[in-house]
Amino acid sequence: MNKRTKQILNNILGRIPLHFVIIILCIVWVVPTLGLLVSSFRPPQDINETGWWTVFSLKNKNSLPEYDTYCASCHGENGNAIPEANLTDPEFLSQYPQSIRVLQTFDNVYNGQIHVPVANRPDRNQISKIMSFLQEQASPENRPTFWLRNYIDVLAGYRGRLDYVTDCEAGNLLPGQRTCNFWKDVTIAQSSMGMAFVNTLIVSIPSVLLPILFAAFAAFAFSWLDFKGRQTLFALLVGLQIVPLQIALIPIFKLYVRMDMIGTFLGVWLFHTGFGLPYAIYLMRNFLGSLPQEIFESAYLDGANAWTAFIKLALPLAIPAFGALGIFQFLWVWNDLLVALVFLSGSKPVMTYQISNMVTSLGAGWHLLTAAAFVSFIVPMLIFFFMQRYFVRGLLAGAIKG
Amino acid sequence: MANQTRKQKKNPQNVPTIMRQGTITPWLFIFPALAFIGVYILYPLVNIFILSLRNNDSSQWATIACQTGQSCWGIFENYRYALTSDVMLMTFRNNILWLLIMVPGGTAIGLLIAVLVDKVKYEAIAKALIFMPMVISFVGASVIWGFVYDYPVNPDNPNSPVIGLLNAIVKAAGGNPVPWLQIPPLNNLALIIVGIWLYTGFSMTILSASIKSVPAELLEAARIDGANEWQVFFRIMLPLIMPTVTVVITTITIFTLKLFDLIYVMTGGNYQTNVIANRMYMEMYVNYETGRSAAIAVILLFLIIPLLIYNIRRFQQQEAIR
Repeated sequence: MNKRTKQILNNILGRIPLHFVIIILCIVWVVPTLGLLVSSFRPPQDINETGWWTVFSLKNKNSLPEYDTYCASCHGENGNAIPEANLTDPEFLSQYPQSIRVLQTFDNVYNGQIHVPVANRPDRNQISKIMSFLQEQASPENRPTFWLRNYIDVLAGYRGRLDYVTDCEAGNLLPGQRTCNFWKDVTIAQSSMGMAFVNTLIVSIPSVLLPILFAAFAAFAFSWLDFKGRQTLFALLVGLQIVPLQIALIPIFKLYVRMDMIGTFLGVWLFHTGFGLPYAIYLMRNFLGSLPQEIFESAYLDGANAWTAFIKLALPLAIPAFGALGIFQFLWVWNDLLVALVFLSGSKPVMTYQISNMVTSLGAGWHLLTAAAFVSFIVPMLIFFFMQRYFVRGLLAGAIKG
Repeated sequence: MANQTRKQKKNPQNVPTIMRQGTITPWLFIFPALAFIGVYILYPLVNIFILSLRNNDSSQWATIACQTGQSCWGIFENYRYALTSDVMLMTFRNNILWLLIMVPGGTAIGLLIAVLVDKVKYEAIAKALIFMPMVISFVGASVIWGFVYDYPVNPDNPNSPVIGLLNAIVKAAGGNPVPWLQIPPLNNLALIIVGIWLYTGFSMTILSASIKSVPAELLEAARIDGANEWQVFFRIMLPLIMPTVTVVITTITIFTLKLFDLIYVMTGGNYQTNVIANRMYMEMYVNYETGRSAAIAVILLFLIIPLLIYNIRRFQQQEAIR
């Protein structure tokens, strides 16, 4: 080994602790969320009986060594290789209520072959074990490892004895007004996450557009128009960015009670606009202020006034800043609990409100909680995967927000 | 030098001519924003202070709540409750605990990750994984970690299945399951870990950007002069990124002071885990004590004011350099 290879080898070995630490940290960060995702697809009985990590274990819970030894070669690993003797069909299995009946078939000849040659016949004990295993597998009680029913239940806001699909199919009496028409139930159920998703969307969109619009106006004035007290007013805005929104809850609540605006979307839109503005103006002003002065000079020379300079010049140029700001404000509103809790609460429940209610009420098990949480993650995750850099840009621009 | 620049800024000669577009126009541009901020931030700032001096339903001055033979702060009676009652002292203790662990923890781990991933090729992926919790809600995070901390229904039955990851690890190591969220002061630590998990992505992102702006030649020169990696980090890198570290520290401090969702969902403030913001919510919407709730809000505001002033100062310094 020459000196150079030794050095390279040393380098690689020396970096192992580095990789180790990074990978451990990444695992610690991801595993809690992974557990939630996996559990949201597991049937409730499984969630409560085994840890979610057991789904990754190599040992297949749907297997029996005796079956593999005596039957699998012909009937297949899953028992359905021979259509005329489908071992997963409960009706077929019901022909053999006792193991002696199975024993009697061993001498039968199928397709010119003895069913089970004498040399490798299971004893009665083994047969009964295989039969009870097969019956358990074929019974409707047997659940798949993963299913989507947790999601169906939370979207329809269903908390019955079994799950929504099973109870509807069986015609079981459903608590409350249920039509078993999924889309109809989504809209009428009190605890439906489907409706909460829509409400969250209704809350979020104007709460993003309004502050951006007004911030663009103000930021233009702060960066390209001169007026008395411009610097002082802006410094004040910088300070207001971190005023905790908690101080506004009671005063605005009282105001809304007087104006009959409790439980209205309008009230929440306006509240988010008010508290979103200082940061939005700050970010927009930093962006607009960094545009070159010459473009405005030439616009004015061409006879533009402040208004046209804003509409035709500043607004189109500010689109990248809108992206960063919009995503930042959107996630803020989408994930908010406190404002929705105080001003909307149960009248127009958003997703964070529904989930927090599910946590505190005893009715909802982990299968519903995990699925509900993931329903609320869908949009933020899409943003995370496709628009992360805008969000990071918004963060780096100085994200300190009330 | 800075003074001089500031003076020049005030000099109207220094403002470009194009910015003079009449006296009314600028106000038309800022009016909508000012109106919103006036109603939703400035009005509450004044109103909350008045409400904090009123009684539980804001109908009379807080003095009415005083009882003979007991100490009384007169019109500031709500503040006596907010600053001296046992529940509130416990709440303050918890917030201090949060500040003491969360702020250095969130900053240091973020810095550690930022420095480490800077040296590897899969930096982007590693950073994305750490950053992911930033986009989800605190309510969602509460569900995620509530599941990690899950405690068996029948803890006395050794066959009772353990489905919480942390207790499964404890059990595999031969221990007994622990009710993480119910034993103080362990539960506070368990909650703070969730906070760190959420906010490390933030500090990492900001600090990572800052580390990349440190000129590589500077670090290389130090290495050539015989400095080891620790010295390079503590003597050169850290002083250079210190302004950013301060930003991260102030931001996490503000977040920690205002923390609400996590406590509201995970423990509801029970088992001695309450924090200021949740206490404030409970006084208003559970106990219907408007005056006390307002007083707590004012205290929260006062805790944040030093950071607010610091923020304005920092901004003015930046403007002077511009």
